[in-house]
Amino acid sequence: MTEFSRAEVCAAAIADSFKDDGEIFASPMGMLPMLGVRLAKLTSNPDLVISDGESLFLGGTPPLFAKADVVEGWIPFRRVFDVVAYGKRHVMMGATQVDKHGNQNISAIGDFAQPKRQLLGSRGAPGNTVNNRTSYWVPKHNSRVFVESVDIVSGVGPARAKAAGPGASKYNDIHRIVSNLGVFDVKGADDTVRLLSVHPGVSVDEVVDATGFALSLPDGEVPVTREPTETELMIIRNVLDPKNLRDREVPPVEAQKEAQA
Amino acid sequence: MSKPREKVMTIDEVVAQLSDGMTIGIGGWGPRRKPMALVRAILRSDLKDLTIVSWGGADVGLLARAGKIKKLVYAFVSLDSIPLEPNFQRARQNGTIPEIVELDEGMFQTGLYAAAQRLPFLPMRAGLGSDVLVNNPWIKTVTSPYPMDTAENADVYEELTAVPALKLDVALVHLNRADAHGNAAYLGPDPYFDDLFVQAADKAFVSVEQIVDTAGLTVDTPVQRLLISRMMVDGVVETPNGAHFTVCTPDYERDEKFQKAYAAAAGGSDEDWAAFEERFLSGDEDAYQAAVVAFHAELEGAK
Repeated sequence: MTEFSRAEVCAAAIADSFKDDGEIFASPMGMLPMLGVRLAKLTSNPDLVISDGESLFLGGTPPLFAKADVVEGWIPFRRVFDVVAYGKRHVMMGATQVDKHGNQNISAIGDFAQPKRQLLGSRGAPGNTVNNRTSYWVPKHNSRVFVESVDIVSGVGPARAKAAGPGASKYNDIHRIVSNLGVFDVKGADDTVRLLSVHPGVSVDEVVDATGFALSLPDGEVPVTREPTETELMIIRNVLDPKNLRDREVPPVEAQKEAQA
Repeated sequence: MSKPREKVMTIDEVVAQLSDGMTIGIGGWGPRRKPMALVRAILRSDLKDLTIVSWGGADVGLLARAGKIKKLVYAFVSLDSIPLEPNFQRARQNGTIPEIVELDEGMFQTGLYAAAQRLPFLPMRAGLGSDVLVNNPWIKTVTSPYPMDTAENADVYEELTAVPALKLDVALVHLNRADAHGNAAYLGPDPYFDDLFVQAADKAFVSVEQIVDTAGLTVDTPVQRLLISRMMVDGVVETPNGAHFTVCTPDYERDEKFQKAYAAAAGGSDEDWAAFEERFLSGDEDAYQAAVVAFHAELEGAK
């Protein structure tokens, strides 16, 4: 059996989040989401529409951060907003905090009036989450990220969307949360975050301990996230990320343990 | 033969049109094609208590650090390769910007559209359920007068965010080329929202890399790049490298080395920032550009 890294498991899990999306605009924010989306485009879902993150739809599937070979469309920022409202889009955003109900915070930590730590601002999270499919990527799963309640709600989870009425809930679709430890959705009891699978080598207890709220667990045994295939590993290592940038975002598990020792 | 009026101005003549307490929209996007020469001129001025409306980058950071902002309307402030803008962060964490309006970035566009179309608001979904509506209780919702379209929802009327018009006193934008009358073209890949800013404003000033003859505007570039019509423009300024250190494709890319030095000074001690200000921001635009050249010569020399 081929060895694989935690980052490669994450890339395959992210790719799986996009495999059933059909012909839509896949918008990854950050490196591992970009790797996962491009992996999906080269394997499970070749119909995905991808961009350079600036203003071009890419005809090909270039390596991470490489320039476009073939351009198939124009997507300046204003047209991103048009596609958000049109709905044929799946965005995977980061999350400085994500809570029990799948609300996300990228705005600020602490009190909004005078935060302890100012972050980016809400960016497009409020609009994304009430218009198109939204997933989150968390490279360092811990109880400071997975919190009972986010300090500021940027991305809207299903419970809050329902409370805000059909205008908000009609298209609210929080699809997956992928972390370095496991895969989650927001389909637990009362629209709470539910563990779908733990990555190979990760125990359920480890995930529960690293989560700052009572995690909804599936009935019976928790599945293990699937291993990346030989084809996927070949594509990741030789085509999309030959410089192994992925290990910088999710360090190999052994190296991580040594660093902590 | 009669010709439309010419509107070529100097940087200082633009700033002379501004006054304390004005609402000023700044075009571009984050660290992209920002009218930085005009922003630097505001830093040098005595202007105060400004309301700044911007998808923010270093424009917001610099104006915040200089204490020029009374109210900030934004959806994010970022330098991209440096995700968090240190001067903006510092201002927020120290509570030095009295009024804060953080919007979703799509709401921001809708607000500019509403202002450009002289409407009080436009409806959209963004904002619903999020803290944007909690932290801005003055932003209201509106109920659709039409029922939802499916049979089982025939008596359901959607409640949507009534995004208020982001009316501007003045818009400042930077493009690649304009003629003396104010027709202006972008030559990079993205128009951003500069046409919306100028239409949302009572007065609009366009800075450009180069002023050319009207015929020159389309001599080597498609007419679709002519984003702004002179009827929307009150003044045109030629400010070569005027978007520095933001990107202004194809004239120049973002000056990452300078941005790094800016961020280090902004996130450093008061002395670090004072030294940066003294070196780069204490003179006029020509002095700034000369200091940037010297900065790069020094980096090269250090190799």
